[in-house]
Amino acid sequence: MKELMLGNKALARGLYEAGCQVISSYPGTPSTEITEEAAKYEDIYCEWAPNEKVALEVAHGASVGGRRSACAMKHVGLNVAADPLFTISYQGLNAGLVVCVADDPGMHSSQNEQDSRHYAIAAKIPMLEPSDSEESRSFAKRAYEISEKFNTPVLIKMCTRVSHSQSVVEPGERIVPDQVPYVKDPTKVMMTVNSRNAHVRVEERTKKLIAYAEDCDLNRVEMGDTALGIITSSTSYQYAKEVFGDEASILKLGMVYPLPEKKILDFAAKVDQVVVLEELDPIIENHCKQLGVKVSGKDRFPICGEFSQNLVRSCMGLETQESMHIADEIPGRPPVMCAGCPHRGIFYILKKNKCMVYGDIGCYTLGAVAPLNAMDLNVCMGASCSGLHGFNLAMGKEGERHSVGVIGDSTFIHSGITGITDIAYNMTNSTVIILDNSITGMTGHQQNPTTGKNLRGEPAGKVDLESLCRALGFERVRVVDPYDLDAVDKALKEELAAEAPSIIISRRPCVMIKGTVHQPPICPKEEKCVGCKACMQIGCPAISVREGKVRIDSTLCIGCKVCTQMCKFGALE
Amino acid sequence: MQIQERRKELMATKNIMIVGVGGQGTLLASKLLGCVLLEQGYDVKVSEVHGMSQRGGSVVTYVRFGEKVYSPVIDRGEADIIVSFEKLEAARWLEYLKPGGQIIMNTQEVDPMPVITGAAEYPGQLVEKLKAAGAKVDAKDFLTIAESAGSAKAVNIALMGRLSNYFPEISNEEWQKAIEACVPQKFLDLNRKAFEMGRSA
Repeated sequence: MKELMLGNKALARGLYEAGCQVISSYPGTPSTEITEEAAKYEDIYCEWAPNEKVALEVAHGASVGGRRSACAMKHVGLNVAADPLFTISYQGLNAGLVVCVADDPGMHSSQNEQDSRHYAIAAKIPMLEPSDSEESRSFAKRAYEISEKFNTPVLIKMCTRVSHSQSVVEPGERIVPDQVPYVKDPTKVMMTVNSRNAHVRVEERTKKLIAYAEDCDLNRVEMGDTALGIITSSTSYQYAKEVFGDEASILKLGMVYPLPEKKILDFAAKVDQVVVLEELDPIIENHCKQLGVKVSGKDRFPICGEFSQNLVRSCMGLETQESMHIADEIPGRPPVMCAGCPHRGIFYILKKNKCMVYGDIGCYTLGAVAPLNAMDLNVCMGASCSGLHGFNLAMGKEGERHSVGVIGDSTFIHSGITGITDIAYNMTNSTVIILDNSITGMTGHQQNPTTGKNLRGEPAGKVDLESLCRALGFERVRVVDPYDLDAVDKALKEELAAEAPSIIISRRPCVMIKGTVHQPPICPKEEKCVGCKACMQIGCPAISVREGKVRIDSTLCIGCKVCTQMCKFGALE
Repeated sequence: MQIQERRKELMATKNIMIVGVGGQGTLLASKLLGCVLLEQGYDVKVSEVHGMSQRGGSVVTYVRFGEKVYSPVIDRGEADIIVSFEKLEAARWLEYLKPGGQIIMNTQEVDPMPVITGAAEYPGQLVEKLKAAGAKVDAKDFLTIAESAGSAKAVNIALMGRLSNYFPEISNEEWQKAIEACVPQKFLDLNRKAFEMGRSA
């Protein structure tokens, strides 16, 4: 039966139908639902791993053990998983292995806009790129066929608009292949002569994959008017069809690495002019140019940002639709920390103490937004710890006394542990604040190794953060309640002054987790409010001042009483 | 010229945007709409925003349907209808509406952070200004309607009730069937009531 399905859910469906039995992933927008949806099938073992490198190694291990396996991550997660990826490409598999990676052109929820296709090229791994939900489902099954036929992991590249759009899918049956027996093979140890032989095999494999790309129906030609030929893939294909319909001929690439050669040359010969339509980097375009095909691409279309039908129209010199306007300036509505967010008090105190704040990746990146403006920079998962250490090496005592790293619980487990190990081992007096809200927040509340629950919410192992930090060499480890501003201020001042590395664990569960106990909302005492707006300094979306008096939105307020501590006049008791 | 004709043909694809503030329940509204349209035999695409914007930011969902839908997104000047959960958001997305297109608006005002901090002002007389710009505006206090149906959270379904008036070809029974498929059993009565009150408001 036909069903409207999110791209990520359809991809999960495809993994299920293909008989995938083990999935290990780390959450990251826009990839998270791939694993969450797969976990709804009881026949697939699904887990959240501490990070993407671990996830890929687990999935590969399951393949070695003879079961079809997969992992899913966002584009920057593939950076973390790159180390095993390159060598798994050499070593090969036992059962099929599919690596799903979701890019984020337009950076709706990401710190950069990298193009994952570069990894397929660099690691010499075939990459499929679906353009809607039905292809997400069917390509997952094809990916396992290719994986096992060519003895290689296969990348499936999603993007925000495929991952997070729903389109019509016709689900099929699940077929589970027999477990492939494990047989010890001495050539699997990747060193010296084995690695050299493996590289030769990889190059031979790529030649065979190019031959496959020439003939397979993943790459299809839709002939229309021959004045214009468009080579494209993913959502760019949809925009091309939207704008041109059959007024142009289209070579739609479902396999974006390795790219076909003869197929492109044949297509180019049939049309008067070739345009390559691809988001981000000119990868198909450069391939065409290497083949000697005259194409237009990034001379017309931008490298930065997402495409849309109007962008295609205007870059192709066509008219775009008229639209209506009003003269008013529309105030922006950036995302904000939720009312009652336990991170708010920490960032207010950091701002008050004029700290240099080395941020990290998670909800708490919103600490950078006005009025808190309390984050100096962030880079990638874990850099708050290691970057802070480097900063303090350069700055000396002046740095150590005024700088902190802030990192969430899940991010800390992902990549912070090695960073703080460097602090303890090489001894800067750095202060790291672990924002332990007992959940992976930004990606939509996933469990992690600090929460004591597994992906399905069942009881699981639990990392004891205090013991872990002590074991790594921190003698100064303390826990504070971020709702208690004075306690946070005291802890911060003492740890910054201490002549030793320190860890402050700010512990309060995320207010959005089901089951977090909320207090009654604050009822402002209008007669006591002098309209000083001190309460506005914490940037709580539940607080506003109308006609000189404070107002609390009782549908948002959860009674955290951080604002109460801001008011000297007792108006917010 | 051929491309002009092609564009006319594409007008057959209908475009509805659902806009609001992260956390207002826009995703359930688009789920319901997608469900009812699929039952009509249309090709349907629904594009959502997850992640960071859901933390109180401006959110938009695109719903497209027709014989064959390609692009998952709606671009400037293309929307037939904008359903706005909040007044300012209707104004923000106005340029995505076709000239003369329809806005269905919940008149609730939610201050964005720049207004809360005093860096910007919430613009006044937005309904009048949107009308003056050429949009048709069907504005009601759907929050109060939802509250009287039993919960402020049902504002999404109340707005879908309103939207149902713009689909004379889809019967109330078909909408009810879709509500049943999309809403948890224990909230079914509440949402049925909110839908009906939004529809007849």
